[in-house]
Amino acid sequence: MIIKQISIFVENRPGRLAEITDIIAQNGINIRALSIADTTHFGILRIITEHTNQVEEVLKKNDLTVSITSVISVCINDKPGGLSSVLHVLADNDIQIEYMYAFVSDSKKDDAYVVMRIEDDLRAQEILKAHGFYGLEIDE
Amino acid sequence: MYWQKDIETMDRAELEALQLAKLKKLVDYCHDNVPFYREKLDASGITGDKIKCLSDIQYLPLTTKEDIRNNYPFGMFARPMKDIVRIHASSGTTGKPTVVGYTQNDLEMWSNCVSRLVVAAGASADDIVQIAFGYGLFTGALGLHYGLENIGATVVPTSSGNTEKHLMLMKDFGTTVLVSTPSYALYMAEIARDIGLDPRKDLKVRLGLLGSEGCTLEMRDKIEEAWGMFATDNYGMSELVGPGVSGECTYRCGLHFAEDHFFPEIIDSNTLESKGEGELGELVITTLSKEGFPLIRYRTKDITRLNYEKCACGRTHARMDKTVGRSDDMIKIKGVNVFPTQIESVLVSIPEVGPHYQIVLKTVRHTTDFEVNIELLDASLLTKYSELEGLQKKIAHKMQTVLGLNPKINLVEPKSLERFAGKAKRVIDLREK
Ligand SMILES: [Zn+2]
Repeated sequence: MIIKQISIFVENRPGRLAEITDIIAQNGINIRALSIADTTHFGILRIITEHTNQVEEVLKKNDLTVSITSVISVCINDKPGGLSSVLHVLADNDIQIEYMYAFVSDSKKDDAYVVMRIEDDLRAQEILKAHGFYGLEIDE
Repeated sequence: MYWQKDIETMDRAELEALQLAKLKKLVDYCHDNVPFYREKLDASGITGDKIKCLSDIQYLPLTTKEDIRNNYPFGMFARPMKDIVRIHASSGTTGKPTVVGYTQNDLEMWSNCVSRLVVAAGASADDIVQIAFGYGLFTGALGLHYGLENIGATVVPTSSGNTEKHLMLMKDFGTTVLVSTPSYALYMAEIARDIGLDPRKDLKVRLGLLGSEGCTLEMRDKIEEAWGMFATDNYGMSELVGPGVSGECTYRCGLHFAEDHFFPEIIDSNTLESKGEGELGELVITTLSKEGFPLIRYRTKDITRLNYEKCACGRTHARMDKTVGRSDDMIKIKGVNVFPTQIESVLVSIPEVGPHYQIVLKTVRHTTDFEVNIELLDASLLTKYSELEGLQKKIAHKMQTVLGLNPKINLVEPKSLERFAGKAKRVIDLREK
């Protein structure tokens, strides 16, 4: 359920995002999920992949500012109102979400995952598992 | 410790009376011996007699480096060549060098000025001093050399180049004082570690007499940390005499002038008007004692401020701040003078970002938009936007404190800004004129 996410500092200029994803693709690495949030001058690109350490190394070699954070992934498809039930469980336990984004799994049809950054992710994981939720398990 | 205690701690009223007497003499001396000054002084009608107080100096003409160049090589010498015993010259990056000449008395005065500053910094006859300035036409090496010999220190004239040999001698001789530029001091410490020497343990250097280029406090801290030494700053330029114009005492709260020989003023670089004590502006120096190559109100182009308060060390001679920058590098933003060194000093104090920067100035709705691009280095801030925003705010706040202006800070990717870019590339001025 707790997985690693790569955060990359990206300047807002035309073609920059493509350049960075090209670097990753050229190393034969598949990106499973991606999110970018930006301000007028810069953005933070967040990536989930099965080869976190390799991606970090490749990007650092290209002089990018890169960090690895742990995030929580939760499968939300097979429960009706899946997302809101996850959010309710977290809210009831006073757990704050710093940011979140969703993606559709490419391995199992109709499965959607939500990725959440939570300060105390171990506690969140314990509570979510107790409520029957499960997430992605990525081993390097 | 003092070298010439009576003079260095002289009562200010007495010192100012001495300066006034010397200034009156200087004006007539320049008039009688230097055609360049005769023409200027005749045009303004000022003679030594007409100068009644020190502030009358503002009526005297200013002298620029250009004036010295126009009189290349010996046109501004006030003595015939039979009285000139030494020539120095500053490396002219463009065109001819500026040439200066010294009489025997000038050399003696110069040595005493240097002796004053090295003693004020803590050097003594017990020291073994290595001089890592290039000898030759440049005034730095020989200036320190004779000033240090004068106090009885042992001088090792290693000159510049062959850093490993310097270090070997330093270790074998037990050298205690290093004379060098701040950047060379840092470079030497690096080479020392490369060849397996720890400057803190394996070398005995305890004091650094750094000069010939600016040294920020951050850089000084780095040098002291690397060497385990006490580092002091001194100031001078070949046109004036060389090193010895001013230097730090052990309190390091400004650089004391040798005010009986060099009269300092601060002017506004644009209006040329005199500025008061504590006000930032261009340093202008009048040489009160020089015979061979006297200068009236020489524009140094260095930006600093003056402080006339008696120092904790007991010296009464005025102090100047470490120079903030060159008037040539000054950028005027919203009426405020900004120097690249001020921005650099803020950035080196913030480890999350790199030391390189780019200033972008634009006109937006008739007002100036001041932005600074800075490279983000600290990846741990990528967890939250709020952390990056916090960093931007922190930098903007420090800039506000140092510059008196609140720029917009833009974070950019590492190594995306040009290295070693000159003023033209560091400042992108898109303002409507
Ligand atoms: Zn002092």
